[in-house]
Amino acid sequence: MKKFSKVISAVTAAAMIAGSMSMMASAEDTFKIGGIGPMTGAASVYGMAVMNAAQIAVDEINEAGGVNGFQLEFNPQDDEHDAEKSVNAYNTLKDWGMQMLLGTVTSAPCIAVSAEAANDNMFLLTPSGSAVDCITAGDNLFRVCFADPDQGTASAKYIGENGLAEKVAAIYDSSDVYSSGIYATFKAEAENQPFEIVAESAFTADSKTDFSAQIQAAKDAGAELVYMPFYYNEASIVFTQAASMDYSPLWFGVDGMDGILSVEGFDTSLAEGVMLLTPFSADAEDDLTKNFVAKYQEQFGEIPNQFAADAYDGIYIMKAALEQCGATPDMDASAISDAMKAAMTEITVDGLTGAGMTWNAEGEPTKSPKAVVIENGAYKGM
Amino acid sequence: MTGMKMKNKTLKSNLITYGIVVAAFVVVQILLQTGSLSSLMKGLLIPLCVYVVLAISLNLVVGISGELSLGHAGFMCVGAFASAFFSKCTEASITVGPLRFCLAILTGAVFAGIFGILIGIPVLRLRGDYLAIVTLAFGEIIKNVMNIFYIGVDSNGFHFSTKDQFSLGMEADGKIIINGPQGITGTPKDSTFLIGVILILITLFIVLNLINSRDGRAIMSIRDNRIAAESIGINITKYKLMAFTVSAALAGAAGALYSHNLATLQASKFNFNTSILVLVFVVLGGIGNIRGSVIAAVVLTALPEMLRGLSDYRMLIYAIVLIVMMLFNWAPKALEWRERYFGRFFKKNAKEGE
Amino acid sequence: MSFLSYLINGISLGSVYAIIALGYTMVYGIAKMLNFAHGDVIMVGGYAAFTLMMTYSTNPLIAVLGAIVICTVLGITIERVAYRPLRGAASPLAVLITAIGVSYFLQNAVLLIFGSNPKSFQSVVGVPDLKLAGGALMITGETIVTIISCIVIMTVLTLFINKTKPGQAMLAVSEDKGAAQLMGININGTIALTFAIGSGLAAVAGVLLCSAYPSLTPYTGAMPGIKAFVAAVFGGIGSIPGAMVGGILLGVIEILGKAYISSQLADAIVFAVLIVVLLVKPTGLFGKMVQEKV
Repeated sequence: MKKFSKVISAVTAAAMIAGSMSMMASAEDTFKIGGIGPMTGAASVYGMAVMNAAQIAVDEINEAGGVNGFQLEFNPQDDEHDAEKSVNAYNTLKDWGMQMLLGTVTSAPCIAVSAEAANDNMFLLTPSGSAVDCITAGDNLFRVCFADPDQGTASAKYIGENGLAEKVAAIYDSSDVYSSGIYATFKAEAENQPFEIVAESAFTADSKTDFSAQIQAAKDAGAELVYMPFYYNEASIVFTQAASMDYSPLWFGVDGMDGILSVEGFDTSLAEGVMLLTPFSADAEDDLTKNFVAKYQEQFGEIPNQFAADAYDGIYIMKAALEQCGATPDMDASAISDAMKAAMTEITVDGLTGAGMTWNAEGEPTKSPKAVVIENGAYKGM
Repeated sequence: MTGMKMKNKTLKSNLITYGIVVAAFVVVQILLQTGSLSSLMKGLLIPLCVYVVLAISLNLVVGISGELSLGHAGFMCVGAFASAFFSKCTEASITVGPLRFCLAILTGAVFAGIFGILIGIPVLRLRGDYLAIVTLAFGEIIKNVMNIFYIGVDSNGFHFSTKDQFSLGMEADGKIIINGPQGITGTPKDSTFLIGVILILITLFIVLNLINSRDGRAIMSIRDNRIAAESIGINITKYKLMAFTVSAALAGAAGALYSHNLATLQASKFNFNTSILVLVFVVLGGIGNIRGSVIAAVVLTALPEMLRGLSDYRMLIYAIVLIVMMLFNWAPKALEWRERYFGRFFKKNAKEGE
Repeated sequence: MSFLSYLINGISLGSVYAIIALGYTMVYGIAKMLNFAHGDVIMVGGYAAFTLMMTYSTNPLIAVLGAIVICTVLGITIERVAYRPLRGAASPLAVLITAIGVSYFLQNAVLLIFGSNPKSFQSVVGVPDLKLAGGALMITGETIVTIISCIVIMTVLTLFINKTKPGQAMLAVSEDKGAAQLMGININGTIALTFAIGSGLAAVAGVLLCSAYPSLTPYTGAMPGIKAFVAAVFGGIGSIPGAMVGGILLGVIEILGKAYISSQLADAIVFAVLIVVLLVKPTGLFGKMVQEKV
């Protein structure tokens, strides 16, 4: 043991000293964009979607001649959905010479990284970090998606104003920042709306195999609508179990539900009539969406979800901001950040997740969520 | 005569361990001064200290006391939350960062220690794998309960709820400190490499002294033969509880170091996987071998970061490296093979490391 | 009435835990090791059956058999490459950590091959749902098949261990390796056989898990694996009927805890009950008390 420890410690010490030497950014004619998200681990489905879509956008832009005449370079790093690993990934990217960051994908790590980015004045645009605190640490932090409170409030308003139901049940993931964040604001807004929350039940990351108890609780309370602010992976089990329990209320989801139709092997008839608030739907008929979905499918063999769309937009938003401020790659990260954060409040972007998106100085986007309903295995606008 | 020699040997071995830590600190300081340390390495310094302290503290339970604990992350969780809560509350009143942080570490350690006693009393009645599973259970319970805590503070004092943030019923000037699954955000970033290294040295001092004390020998005698130890009048519960509590308190201190290094703290971090990760350090470094724990914690924490160049294959390669290292370090055949080919070079070292 | 439905739901979930726990407890009982990679072998079984059905559109029964074969081979390989070299290591913890390494390896290998998108599993169970009390209570076909499989596997395993030569060899190995070797038992072969059976069971468990809860990702097996491990301890690890009873109890407690106490604390409740059971009966419900000798 001891002998081996010595060999290995000598080897690692050498490796670490070698690895610790600062790597100098080599080329000065490309913009270096870093990406951080979970590419392994249980949340990897979201991180992979972001990285794949960002790469598509970067390739498109480069083919079309780049930004301000310069090419883009994208470097995705894995954070395993862990705040500590996320900061490591951020530091790795800094060593690489990152000038702006698309990330991080998930909320909790994003809060940790945004504190670092604010400190370094590194421009940060999170495609999908929806917790409020993701972009509160500095004025150089922006996001593509809606903040959690917006989604919760918008869903409650939508249900109330359209009179979808009087008795509402809610199921949410109490161990997840995203899900519990949306639910908290939904519940607050529900008090002002003409419906009543008759049952609320939670699940956690460790007990998301079975949802029968939660469905039963909703059924017993006579809920006509079940609000489900969580991701489609769990939702696919909820639908299957509810069907076997003969319970078919209105299902109402949020943007995390998008993707349910592309789960391989999923019986889409189970999701018939599901409503969700989402700024993106993969079956939209506009050219932008069609082009993106076709490219994504060709390269990765899957239908892109909400996260992919946010990331694709994210790269184009960066492009718009870079063009607005006329930045060049020889500027350092801090100078680019200063220029871009001013430009962000001036630009208007038409993307997959909304037309005419604008940003305020706090970094929040202005765009309107679309309510869609699943009919005959496809989204339909409402 | 032999006793004297033994004592000198342990002293020498312990001094080498302290020396390695101090030397590592000096090397890093020189690299920092000359500016040749990458951002990644700079960022890794504090996590390395956290995991080294955790590995040493777990080795006290697994190696010295001989009990398999699968819930070490639970104590880290208690320490992390208690200390972050303390810092958030006293941020305005204690303005001297290092002082506040030392108090925060103490708070974390004390709270984790209290949990160590409370959990240790029932747990240590069990043995073997049953004991292991109960520590796992306690670790998971701590994580789950922490997940539903909402604590806020406003002009009327503290508010507490286990439902949601709105049930706190706070005034408009209220500030939420612990926000359920979102945990604590905006903990002051007080952790520094210097404090981390000092914490490692203190941990080493406590653990190494405990091992070489009368109490430590009592603990090891229970590990080696419970019945024999009992029959010569050693109070089994007392000594086991001592090791367990000290270990929990040190894990709590590591948790404090962890929570003051990141802007966000969630209970979900302290799951079964984190407990297992620390156990991996202990076993790979050698059960009961404190210096080995230090080295293994450093190597295995840095390894996935060093493998970033492999992109998609990173974690796969990490898994393979872990398996190979385990086989190389533990398999009787591998040990034999190493003895045959490398025995000559390491004979001297091997002896002194015993 | 709703209590009864909760109970039935609990039994459904519990039956899945039970079938996983059977494999766990079998390997533990004979090889005396906690095989933390068991949950991931289950996941591989799920993917194997999924691929056979979706890509090659084979008959579900053939897909299940294919999955069993693949998992059995995988189990034997893992045992040969990662666990056998550590037999006789200075501490039993060494092989535990290696099992964790194997678990990481399987998760990441599957992630690379199949990607991280969840797969939805079409149920392989053709048995119709059973409706009671005019449709107010329902037992799904998956539950019926899982429980029947559980009982069949439990009975066959018990008979195999008690009545056949290889089974007796397993018992001998678990009692005393050295003495068994002296009696001419092939230790390595016997343990390999144990892993083969345990992994084959894992494939069955994987298919049933994914049929009842149709979402398959590289991490599907991890949490049910740990829960099943808890169930095995609950029932007294090493005891085959204990695994089944432990699994079902665990499922029932989890669902009733969610329904009547707190859905956020369901796991904490499960673990709290486990702690109480172990404090009252330190070797689980059906565990043997081993007398320590001086």
